[in-house]
Amino acid sequence: MSPFMKHHLFWPLCVLAALLLFNLCYSPDFFSITIHDGHLYGSLIDILNFGAPLILVAIGMTLVVATKGIDLSVGSIVAISGAIACLRISSGADQNSMGLILGSVLLAVLLSLVLGAWNGLLVSGAGIQPIIATLILMVAGRGIAQLITGGQIITVTSSNYAYIGSGSLAALPFSIFVVALVLMIALLLTRRTALGLFIESVGCNPAASSMSGIRAHWVILSVYVFCGVCAGIAGLLLSSNVSSADGNNAGLWYELDAILAVVIGGTSLNGGRFYLTGTVIGALIIQTLTTTIYMIGVPPEITLVVKAFVVLAVCLIQSDAFRAAIAARWKSRHYPAEKEMGRHVS
Amino acid sequence: MSTQMPILQMTGIHKRFPGVKALTDVKLRLYPGEVHALMGENGAGKSTLIKVLTGVYSIDEGLVEMDGTPVSIHSPQDSQAAGISTVYQEVNLCPNLSVAENIFIGREPRRFGCIQWKEMNLRAAELLTERMNLHIDVTLPLHSYSVAVQQLVAIARALNISAKVLILDEPTSSLDQNEVDQLFRIMRKLQQEGLSILFVTHFLDQMYEISDRVTILRGGELVGEYMAKELSRLDLVLKMIGKELHLLEELPVLAAEDQHSLGDELIRAEGLGRKGGIEPFDLSIRKGEVVGLAGLLGSGRTEAARLFFGADKPDFGQVTLPASGGGVHSPREAIGRRIAFCSENRKTEGIIGDLTVRENIILALQAKDGMFRTISRKRQEELAGEYIRMLNINPPSPDQLIKNLSGGNQQKVLLARWLLTEPQLFILDEPTRGIDIGAKAEIQKLVLTLSRQGMSFLFISSELEEVLRVSDRIAILRDRRKVKEISEKDMSQQQIMQAIAGG
Amino acid sequence: MSLNRKYIPIVVTILLFIVMFTAGSFRYTGFFSLQVLMNLLIDNAFLLITAVGMSFVILSGGIDLSVGSVIALSTMVSAGLVQQQGWPPAVVIPLVLLMGAVFGTLMGAMIHYFAIQPFIVTLAGMFLARGLCYVISIDTITIDHSFYTAMAQTRIPLPGGSFLSISAVIALLAVAAAIFTAHYTRFGRNVYALGGNEQSSLLMGLPVARTKVLVYTLSGFCSALAGVVFTFYMLSGYGLHAVGFELDTIAAVVIGGTLLTGGVGYVLGTFFGVLIQGVIQTIISFEGTLSSWWTKIVIGLLLFIFILLQRVLSSRRLTVKE
Repeated sequence: MSPFMKHHLFWPLCVLAALLLFNLCYSPDFFSITIHDGHLYGSLIDILNFGAPLILVAIGMTLVVATKGIDLSVGSIVAISGAIACLRISSGADQNSMGLILGSVLLAVLLSLVLGAWNGLLVSGAGIQPIIATLILMVAGRGIAQLITGGQIITVTSSNYAYIGSGSLAALPFSIFVVALVLMIALLLTRRTALGLFIESVGCNPAASSMSGIRAHWVILSVYVFCGVCAGIAGLLLSSNVSSADGNNAGLWYELDAILAVVIGGTSLNGGRFYLTGTVIGALIIQTLTTTIYMIGVPPEITLVVKAFVVLAVCLIQSDAFRAAIAARWKSRHYPAEKEMGRHVS
Repeated sequence: MSTQMPILQMTGIHKRFPGVKALTDVKLRLYPGEVHALMGENGAGKSTLIKVLTGVYSIDEGLVEMDGTPVSIHSPQDSQAAGISTVYQEVNLCPNLSVAENIFIGREPRRFGCIQWKEMNLRAAELLTERMNLHIDVTLPLHSYSVAVQQLVAIARALNISAKVLILDEPTSSLDQNEVDQLFRIMRKLQQEGLSILFVTHFLDQMYEISDRVTILRGGELVGEYMAKELSRLDLVLKMIGKELHLLEELPVLAAEDQHSLGDELIRAEGLGRKGGIEPFDLSIRKGEVVGLAGLLGSGRTEAARLFFGADKPDFGQVTLPASGGGVHSPREAIGRRIAFCSENRKTEGIIGDLTVRENIILALQAKDGMFRTISRKRQEELAGEYIRMLNINPPSPDQLIKNLSGGNQQKVLLARWLLTEPQLFILDEPTRGIDIGAKAEIQKLVLTLSRQGMSFLFISSELEEVLRVSDRIAILRDRRKVKEISEKDMSQQQIMQAIAGG
Repeated sequence: MSLNRKYIPIVVTILLFIVMFTAGSFRYTGFFSLQVLMNLLIDNAFLLITAVGMSFVILSGGIDLSVGSVIALSTMVSAGLVQQQGWPPAVVIPLVLLMGAVFGTLMGAMIHYFAIQPFIVTLAGMFLARGLCYVISIDTITIDHSFYTAMAQTRIPLPGGSFLSISAVIALLAVAAAIFTAHYTRFGRNVYALGGNEQSSLLMGLPVARTKVLVYTLSGFCSALAGVVFTFYMLSGYGLHAVGFELDTIAAVVIGGTLLTGGVGYVLGTFFGVLIQGVIQTIISFEGTLSSWWTKIVIGLLLFIFILLQRVLSSRRLTVKE
């Protein structure tokens, strides 16, 4: 294989390109972008705009997965954050007041930070398995979101708040800038400081990392906090885009889509190396897929079937046992235990 | 005994792993009713041999005979069916199940497909009382009992499979003296009942106490089979370590020809000890001094080193640094006090496999500096390049994943990682294990050079020759006790061996 | 002999149920009746059946996220075949059960033979089953076949004027069969062994591969059975049935005292875990002013308490070992 093909972005980019190509063939004006009232319109812009919350959640999830963890509660945090912001704004006298909106946004982000810290403490402090620890908030969080909204859909009539999720800056959706900013921060934190190295090190070999003097507990705590904040911001984008908060359905399945995006992006669920740009492309693939399916007129729910096969394909490719089985189909099948032991030791 | 047929005979056993010859032409004979010890240092091939015998690994070449008939063993089930039962070092039972279940699972007494709990509990209790002299409540989960009892339950399970050969793989490593005595009583009882026991151990005293004969392996090859009574302790150790006495005499003792002046006391352990690890000991190291820890596997070498680094919590005593007045309670604190530790478990506590050589090299320094004082990529490359050259790391590419390097080169990367933090004390636990001669010599030379520049070392190795070559002073451990400290220049190797062998 | 520590979580669960039910009885008139108790079973029959299958999966150290989707798929296939194709229920129901079992087997085989985490395989299974529902139809398919309506309406009278539904009886039978399987068959004990220590199970010569795959087969079968029972309850097939149901199921199992890391727990505990969820819902409906989302919050809280309790117990176990 050429070094070009070995690059971690090669396969995700190929898939994305193939999807876009399919769309181009199916509907030639897929790539056309029109300018209307100084805003850009077009399917590509939509993909970016609607994909923004998922990209955000997936960025946070990437770091968690890199530490060999998982965060199932992001969907609930998305709902809670949107709900608290909308509740505060809707109860304000002047819903367009900048102070109120900034305050609400800050409150939502702070709350998500606290929720992320809760997850982080359970995982790193109490030593509970990530999937179990975050399950608690996944279940309870939905209830909390509904508690905040009172089981209703809270609608806000604030054009300033709506700007976050549906406004435009320099002819592009504002949400793209939010995503870009978060991505930049994540990249800076992980690639310009040593945090990225510590995360990969802890995810790959926690014992050796501690022996080398890395504060593994702090690293783990901080990735869950970051993931919580990302989910919180995604919640703001999502609720602002539709100017309402739905405690029941906002962010439903986000945890699964985010994990999928992370895995497609090349980050292994076994921890270690992580690829933020890969994750972004993974999220874009998922969003493009959804858009494509809408476009060709298949019921959107069928996306799930496609997703199922994508998950399986990616996992099989990542599975050593599967690769070994393919590579050595002809090999004798004696000594199942040796293979078994190998499997368990690894 | 020699007129009898061996119950188990293994001949010409070969086993290769990618890149390693684990066993070469190994033989093993086991007679009915004997306790046969299998001994050897790390990498001797003991555990590979046992895994081959129990069907966990395949045999590349060779013959296994039970009662004179060749048997082919392809899985643990085959091995059990042939009458071979094994009790592993870490008790391989299910701690969540009851004692009775652990004995019977897979062969529970059933009626109409329905497990008969009463009968099972009864039979388990009977088995334990009659054959093990163990009176315990068999309905409690296994984890409510001590490791010693779990060990006996494992043996009971093995016996219940009507075993002819019982393999005990280092059963005593986590038992105290009373528990060992209890185990031995049962072993003798079983022996009288005609069972053959293959006893893997690294404790010399225990070997002599219980074994009739002993097979010694070294480096995957057979050294020989001896009657325990006819083999002196010194000979045993020499055969395990692989040195003839007259060759030892030619070695330079205690880096004698290259004396250097030592500085003040750097670090001191007072009454330092840990239950089940090492009994309380004193040891102090001076600036620029290389202190060797000599002793056999399981003598408490590693445990002592880990206490020095704060990797394990001591039950007794403390480590202090007289100059700075502080102590060591955690690896981070140790690193802060400029202590470095290369663990013997290179894979699990050393390398970060999926990261590059460069990242592995700068890891400890970066962790010490904190995440915000980032070492620039350029500086990282300079540092990595410098150490790759200095330590001759091959391939000399800093962006290679460390897991793709050979063991020796991985070890050098770890040395580089710690040297970068400029330690005053460097604890090296088996730094040369499993690496080739060239790399070994380089590491020894490095230790000598750096100690002349004022760095102190605590040096652990199962190769006596190596300890002798680099150390200014040697502390000798035996059976988890510090038994002797040698700094006299005229100490003969034979006396050192004697101290290691004891008795 | 003091109380065996392995019984602590299940005792806590049963006590919790009794306390909740007693508290409800004192607070609300009409709460303390056999029928309220029976309604817990009637309304949670499908949860109970799914949770039974999930118990085995979790006991073996795995997890199954696909249960909710498999239920939805079962309702959809049943409705599609009975209503649209006109197949007799006597053929459809066994077929649906078989489908669930095969679905589970395939997931189990992937988990075991390709060593992929159960979480991710069953996640794919969840997507797949949910998506297949929509392949059949996007809309609700109402079932008006006489067999199904009869199953839905039949009341089995009990002494004291209360009654049970057929679904509840099926659920009780499933629980009984599961308790027997877990404690009196080799398969059941192998599941416990597998959850306790997979490597030991292997070295003790237990059929690890078969057990692991069968556990998911069982869970798939239970989900399909729950789906059939669900059609008796809802009289429809719909792709959005039982969304998020896997969480309720896992919560029931954990509140029932089963260790999420595997090897420790009882089907009986799961039974009470389900009843506790039912009681919470009943109390909230009796309270009137409380809203349904309190159920989730309380369940989340209980999850937290039980996970922490188990964590403390297991860490103490480790220190005992040392």
